[in-house]
Order: sequence, then C-alpha cells, then structure tokens
Amino acid sequence: MTTLSDTDRIERSILINASRERVWRALSNAEEFGAWFGANLSGQVFKPGERARGQVTQCGHEHVYFDAVIQRIQPQDLMSFHWHPYAVDPAVDYSDEQPTLVTFTLKDASGNGTLLTVVESGFDKVPLHRRREAFEMHTGGWEAQLQNIARHAGN
Amino acid sequence: MAAAVASNETLAHVFAALGDPTRLKLVAVLCAGGAFSIAHLTQTTEISRQGVTKHLNVLAEAGVVRDVKLGRERLWQLEPARIDEAKRTLESIGREWDLALARLKSFVEKND
Repeated sequence: MTTLSDTDRIERSILINASRERVWRALSNAEEFGAWFGANLSGQVFKPGERARGQVTQCGHEHVYFDAVIQRIQPQDLMSFHWHPYAVDPAVDYSDEQPTLVTFTLKDASGNGTLLTVVESGFDKVPLHRRREAFEMHTGGWEAQLQNIARHAGN
Repeated sequence: MAAAVASNETLAHVFAALGDPTRLKLVAVLCAGGAFSIAHLTQTTEISRQGVTKHLNVLAEAGVVRDVKLGRERLWQLEPARIDEAKRTLESIGREWDLALARLKSFVEKND
C-alpha cells in the first residue's frame, strides 16, 4: 500500500512550446494567470505574502472565487501559493481552514520548450467538499479543452 | 458516466483519517487482508493498546475499517471502498489540473 501516502499530493506536468520567459510571465503576471486559469484578476499583482482574489469567469459560477496568498516567487523557476480553493460564500471567513499549497516549477526542455510542473499538496488537512466544488466548475469545459489538447497535440 | 460517489463530507473524513502516520501504519497492516484483534494489532505495530483503540475508532468513524464479531472476539478489517473513493477523487482533481495546464499551454502558445 505504498500509494497511501500519495493521498496528500498531486503532481502534473506539461510540455509547452514557448520560452521559459514566456511561460513564466503567464504564471507570475496576475492578469495573464487569470486569463488562462479562468478568474478575473485584473488590476492585481502577485507578491509573496499578499493575497490575490478574483471572481471565476465561468457563467453560472459568479459566486465562486479564486482566492490565494502568494508564497514564493523565484523568477523563471518557481511560483507557489496557498489557496482556499474557490471560496464560495463571501460572508464566510475561510482563513481558519488549512489551505493546500500549489507549486509551479519550470525547466528548460528540448526544442526551445519549457516543462511546467504543478504540485498541489496538503490534501489530508483540507475539507474535501471545497476542493471538489472548485474543480467541478471546470468540467463544463471538457469538450472545449479536449479539442484544444487535440489541436495542440497535432502540432 | 458518473459512478455513485460518497458525499463530500464522507470523503473529507477519509482524508482526515488517513492523514496520520500511526493510522497509516494500522491501515498498512490491515491491507494485507484478513481481520485482526486489537491485541494482534498492538503486537504487530508496536503501538500501545490505547493508541490502537483510539486510532481504530477514528478510522471506523471514517468508514475505512469496520469491526467484525467472531464468536466472542471482536476483530477489525479494512473497508477498501472508502479509500478507493478518496483515491478516485484525487485522480479527478489531478485531471482538472491537466485541464488547467492545457489552458495555460494553449494561452501561451497562441499569445507569443
């Protein structure tokens, strides 16, 4: 049962055909981050120790927020934040709940590409129902995303 | 496509139950299969009897283990269904990250 300890973290990677600098910008620039992630972060800046919060941009989920406190920023290398995945009720103070930690790391890849890895950890301490709601809202985009992936895989 | 899944509340309890090294040890022993008494578990894991009892109760509360009566003996066994559900939930969150990364890739490659 060696996989039991894996209940605490998730790791995923993707190879992107763009420079490290370009990928870094999409991660570290709050407005760009919001653009691909799906939250309105216009006017915000990612800074260690500071909070970034914005409404999710999917129809029917206007009550859901991206809500994070930036932890580390190491330009071109690593960006991490603690978040309360999709704080749903504006009247509720979620700061008592243990957040998970999301860490993005970048590495150069062959062909002038960039390997991006994301690790989310701390699951054993977080109320699961909140993470679920966070990601459930994205499942509506399955079709579009599958097409996106297929298109890019074809490159 | 959606299989019956335990409520969010239940899964939260499973994760909390598993998030302890002593409890993980107990589950690892029970994973091999079979049903065991507290005495046996105490011996095998070197956790105190009090500790085993306490942790088994937490695990039972989360539905990860259950007790079984064999004659006058009370034995404990694993309920793998709950753990499988927790793993599947993590898998679905992992898939959502795959989607988010795909959106990032698409965004970056189109907006150079």
